[in-house]
Amino acid sequence: MSAITDAAPAPRAGGGIAGSVRDSLVVAKRNLIRMKRIPEVVLFGLIQPIMFVVLFTYVFGGSIQVGGSLSQQSYREFLMAGIFAQTVTFATAGAGAGIADDMHKGLIDRFRSLPMARGAVLTGRTLADLAQTAVTLVVLAGVALLIGWRTHNGIPKALGAFALLLLLGYAFSWIGALIGLTVRTPEAATSGGLIWLFPLTFISNAFVDSNNLPTFFRHIAEWNPFSTTVQAARELFGNLPPGFRTPDAWPMQHAVLASVLWSVLILVVFRSLAVRKYRRAAG
Amino acid sequence: MPGAIYAEGLVKTFGNVTALDGVDLDVPEGTVLGLLGPNGAGKTTAVRVLTTLLQPDSGKAFVAGIDVLKHPNEVRRSIGLSGQFAAVDEYLTGRENLHMVGRLYQMNAKAAKVRAGELLDRFNLADAADRPAKTYSGGMRRRLDLAAALVVSPPVMFMDEPTTGLDPRNRQQLWEVIQELVAGGTTLLLTTQYLEEADRLAHDIAVVDHGKVIARGSSDQLKARTGGERVEVVVHQSDQLAPAREVLAGFGKGEVKTDPHTRQLTVPVTGGAKLLAEVIRELDTRGVEIDDIGLRRPTLDDVFISLTGHAAETANAEDAEDTEGADGAAKSKGRKEAGK
Repeated sequence: MSAITDAAPAPRAGGGIAGSVRDSLVVAKRNLIRMKRIPEVVLFGLIQPIMFVVLFTYVFGGSIQVGGSLSQQSYREFLMAGIFAQTVTFATAGAGAGIADDMHKGLIDRFRSLPMARGAVLTGRTLADLAQTAVTLVVLAGVALLIGWRTHNGIPKALGAFALLLLLGYAFSWIGALIGLTVRTPEAATSGGLIWLFPLTFISNAFVDSNNLPTFFRHIAEWNPFSTTVQAARELFGNLPPGFRTPDAWPMQHAVLASVLWSVLILVVFRSLAVRKYRRAAG
Repeated sequence: MPGAIYAEGLVKTFGNVTALDGVDLDVPEGTVLGLLGPNGAGKTTAVRVLTTLLQPDSGKAFVAGIDVLKHPNEVRRSIGLSGQFAAVDEYLTGRENLHMVGRLYQMNAKAAKVRAGELLDRFNLADAADRPAKTYSGGMRRRLDLAAALVVSPPVMFMDEPTTGLDPRNRQQLWEVIQELVAGGTTLLLTTQYLEEADRLAHDIAVVDHGKVIARGSSDQLKARTGGERVEVVVHQSDQLAPAREVLAGFGKGEVKTDPHTRQLTVPVTGGAKLLAEVIRELDTRGVEIDDIGLRRPTLDDVFISLTGHAAETANAEDAEDTEGADGAAKSKGRKEAGK
């Protein structure tokens, strides 16, 4: 017979962790190719944080007091960890929209009918988003350096800060995955993926000194997982302004540890919820 | 000995709508079953259950001898699925799509590459192989989707309305591919709204309505139940209805129905085109002037009217499938749009 029915090798038994990793990488590659073919998405993902850097630095900088300082330079350095952290969490919306789009177009059905690792479609997507986030962070750090941001604790610690930021972003992309599987339309996933990020990133220490917040908001801000990573990154970058008093809340006092714990917790919880949802995601 | 596809008492409800109401199927190895029915009859739901995408509320299903409910991943190794809406990644090239699917069928990179090349050649996509699929025409996309389902030459194939929305030329091409596939020994379950398609491709046909199999048999058997061919004549003037009726009664195998309003007469016949020529000659001899004459074969509507006493209803149950979870609606709606 023709090429349709013969010559195809029998599928090997997949499975196990190796199979799961391989399938995830196949899907990640697919998503990276898509990003390459739709560069607008990556581009807009870059413009937005750069805009925030410029807006906050030149509009609010000098009006917002951090620690005991009102100086433009102190705020600029204080701000950057906040912008970095906000940028990584915005990857959530991308993951959600991408997965919703796949559901919508029937691609998830195709994947679900294949003998592949169950979590691989989601893992592949979130890994591709992580790569995109890393690129965004590099460019954003370059812009920050241009406008005068500096780190003061050496390169290893600065890299450690970026690692914490990427871990937070990766954990959040699983929240996005769950949203995408739940709402199923890319439009809803984009807005649904963004709305809650605003209170989360603004009721925090990202743009202001949380010590200056009203008590109620101050408590939220200091226990906010997002704040923890911001505080940890600031410590590692050496970007805490002179006279800054670290809040007494436990996550603020142990920011690096708390940041890892929060991110891992979010990752584990939302990954299992999302994978479970995916398995039952019959349309 | 159950067939390559076997289902017993499949029930699936979405909210208060019963999409499958006790469906039994048995498709012997190497044969084609056409699942025929209007939109919303439950065809797609049946395919989704058999391809592990959907859990039934009750019932049993075996594909390639494997229990679909107990060992879904084993089943996935033995099936290919080609959907109603071509599920290919439109930003990936044809080659990249097939390579990815091959890898996810657990082929190694080299084997997946070779196989992608073979399928692209076979499906006349070689020239477009390195263009993103979004630049493909509808027919090309459908061929790519089918190719993706055939990456591992699965012994059992499911095709959900493979030619819906295709132009006649593309439909014809796809039919040829499917026939070749079946000649190679693949067992196929095909859903369709077109009797002609089932007629051409399927050994057996199961007619589905409201989640139930209401008739099954070969296409000839179904046609016989439907009343077979008819001759329809529209005469030029009402006063010619009577002589035309006499002519038709002479050739017909049943009662001649007359509609004075449209000046149309209908009679069941056997004998096909040859008979039609004789009818025309006789009408001419009798001086009956006709506006239109034709040989009508049973359509899906005729099958339905004959089997259920009502015309095939479109919509409804398929919309009901959307109600599976509040989220289903948006999805199905979206897929319909995507299919346009």
